[in-house]
Amino acid sequence: MTFGKVLGLALFVSLLGVPVRAQNINAAGATFPYPIYSKWFDEYHKAHPNVQINYQSIGSGGGISQLTAKTVDFGASDGPMSDDQLKAAGFKILHFPTVLGAAVLSYNIPGVNAELKFTPEAIAGIYLGKITKWNDPAIAGANPGVKLPGDDIVVVHRSDGSGTTFIFTDYLSKVSPEWSMKVGKNTAVNWPVGLGGKGSEGVSGLIKQTPDSIGYVELIYAIQNNMPYGLVKNAAGDFVKASLAGVSAAAAGAASNMPDDFRVSIVNAPGKAAYPISSFTWLLIPAQIQDAGKRDAIKAFLNWMMTDGQNDCEGLAYSKLPAAVVVKEKKQIAMIN
Amino acid sequence: MATAPANVEAAGVRSSSRSLFNGDGVARIVTLIFALLTVVITGMIVVQLWVLSAESRHAFGWRFFWSQEWDPVFNKFGALPFIYGTLVTSAVGMLIAVPLGLGAAIFLAELAPRGISDFLTFLIDLLAAVPSVIYGLIGVFILVPLMRTEIQPCLKRTLGFLPLFTGPAYGIGFLTAGIVLAVMIVPFIISVSREVLLAVPREQREASLALGATRWEATWKAVVPYARTGIMGSVFLALARALGETMAVTMVVGNNPRIAASLLGPGYSIASVLANEFSEATGSMYVSALIELGLVLFLLTFIINGLARLLIVVTTQRGSGMAK
Repeated sequence: MTFGKVLGLALFVSLLGVPVRAQNINAAGATFPYPIYSKWFDEYHKAHPNVQINYQSIGSGGGISQLTAKTVDFGASDGPMSDDQLKAAGFKILHFPTVLGAAVLSYNIPGVNAELKFTPEAIAGIYLGKITKWNDPAIAGANPGVKLPGDDIVVVHRSDGSGTTFIFTDYLSKVSPEWSMKVGKNTAVNWPVGLGGKGSEGVSGLIKQTPDSIGYVELIYAIQNNMPYGLVKNAAGDFVKASLAGVSAAAAGAASNMPDDFRVSIVNAPGKAAYPISSFTWLLIPAQIQDAGKRDAIKAFLNWMMTDGQNDCEGLAYSKLPAAVVVKEKKQIAMIN
Repeated sequence: MATAPANVEAAGVRSSSRSLFNGDGVARIVTLIFALLTVVITGMIVVQLWVLSAESRHAFGWRFFWSQEWDPVFNKFGALPFIYGTLVTSAVGMLIAVPLGLGAAIFLAELAPRGISDFLTFLIDLLAAVPSVIYGLIGVFILVPLMRTEIQPCLKRTLGFLPLFTGPAYGIGFLTAGIVLAVMIVPFIISVSREVLLAVPREQREASLALGATRWEATWKAVVPYARTGIMGSVFLALARALGETMAVTMVVGNNPRIAASLLGPGYSIASVLANEFSEATGSMYVSALIELGLVLFLLTFIINGLARLLIVVTTQRGSGMAK
């Protein structure tokens, strides 16, 4: 026997050694929650060696289309599926919120070190191209005592399709009727003004290098990179600085009138502590799963994710699900059959 | 040599089996398959792009080519700003890279000592292997600040009367993208052009020198024209790379689908918008429009390559005409 043959035989035997009931589950979708998803799937695999979940972070759009084409067992998206998309899928799909994300406004104004306060009107005005100077009354009015320059504002946005853009434009659509009518919300939109940076690093690079600029980035990215960011006025009229707790508070505020299918936007949520530019990110799970082994494995994982899994959130700078939402989601797990 | 006649005889006896077993036949079939594969793959790409872009083609028709709107929310899509951006950034890149690359190739092939030439060529080939995202990052962190604080204000002061150099200096934009592209494609031009120049027969130089030409005259009037077709080939290889470059361009071009005369303003290119928006595109019309953009890029490359071939044919004919 040659060495190659021995090796081949050993490999074959070792493959046979894997438990027969091993569940290989394939999933694909959003990139924003990828760090925590990969940690979850890895931890869950260590605790349950027979369940292996492979997740491809190909983007929300890809997640939805792969799930619709049934090439994956479940999908993931930063925006809920639209009625049209659900209809196109042809089978019932359940939305499960997993964690929360938020967008913050970072800026670079030479000579200004204070934390700026932004009203919804100011943010919409800046991104619509109607407020063009930093000392515009709409900005200066909320920031008494801060000496703002009369320079042109350089507006920065994401150029790649992203969940962060969805959250931000969802917020603008909610607070500004004009934005809603002219621009709308999506993972990418037709921006009235501004420069596009690719990815969080592209946007933050542009902000850091361009004097008098403003742009939005994920809260996680701003925290990890020590970027300064401003306070935003919420629905209760308070200026709130984005924090993990503030984002969870927004979700708790929205939990009271949460629709049964969890397809809900929580931007501009009620509650004094709620940070207004927040959103859930979802797992998209088929309501009917033929393979009993897969079905049980996915249901068990969802249960684990909502209890033990949530403890991983803050270490990776994601906001946890509020308790009220977890209770409601656990009821939905029972609907999978 | 003694076995050769015997071989010929044997071939006469069993010519059919010989043609299959002596390698010629096999090589012919294998290489034919390889050649056909490129045609098949190209064809399949076009067919696939055509089929998958059906929804967008039916909705927008020819308007897709001159509409300036790109609105994923209201499902209105047009390719013009992207076509414009692709052409402008590539043109700026070529304008810088062609003289630079050709000059460097002439130096390396004709004037530099062999040792230095080989060493520099090694470095240049290394440049061609650098991943484009690295060029993009160098662009973002080094070139963009330099453009904003030094180069663009200087251009505005000196050439500001031209519409090409107006508007605020953001650092990013068509010009910056063009410069990054130039750095990326110059190694291709140098490397291929140098090889072509080195392949020019010695007699070509010697004849020219014998007629009393200086070294530079011999190079410029005898060697370079002889190698013209090959040099053109290197230029079009570089152009193809510039048209399709994705990562480096998207990091410095500004990603704003507007058509502006100023090279200092932000723009967008076809390859960039595909890289940016495809992964998160939701909605069938949106995806279909992005795929149609891919088709447009294919068409653009096809047309430009066709024009390039035509140019080579025309100039080669003129060249031989002059020789007479």
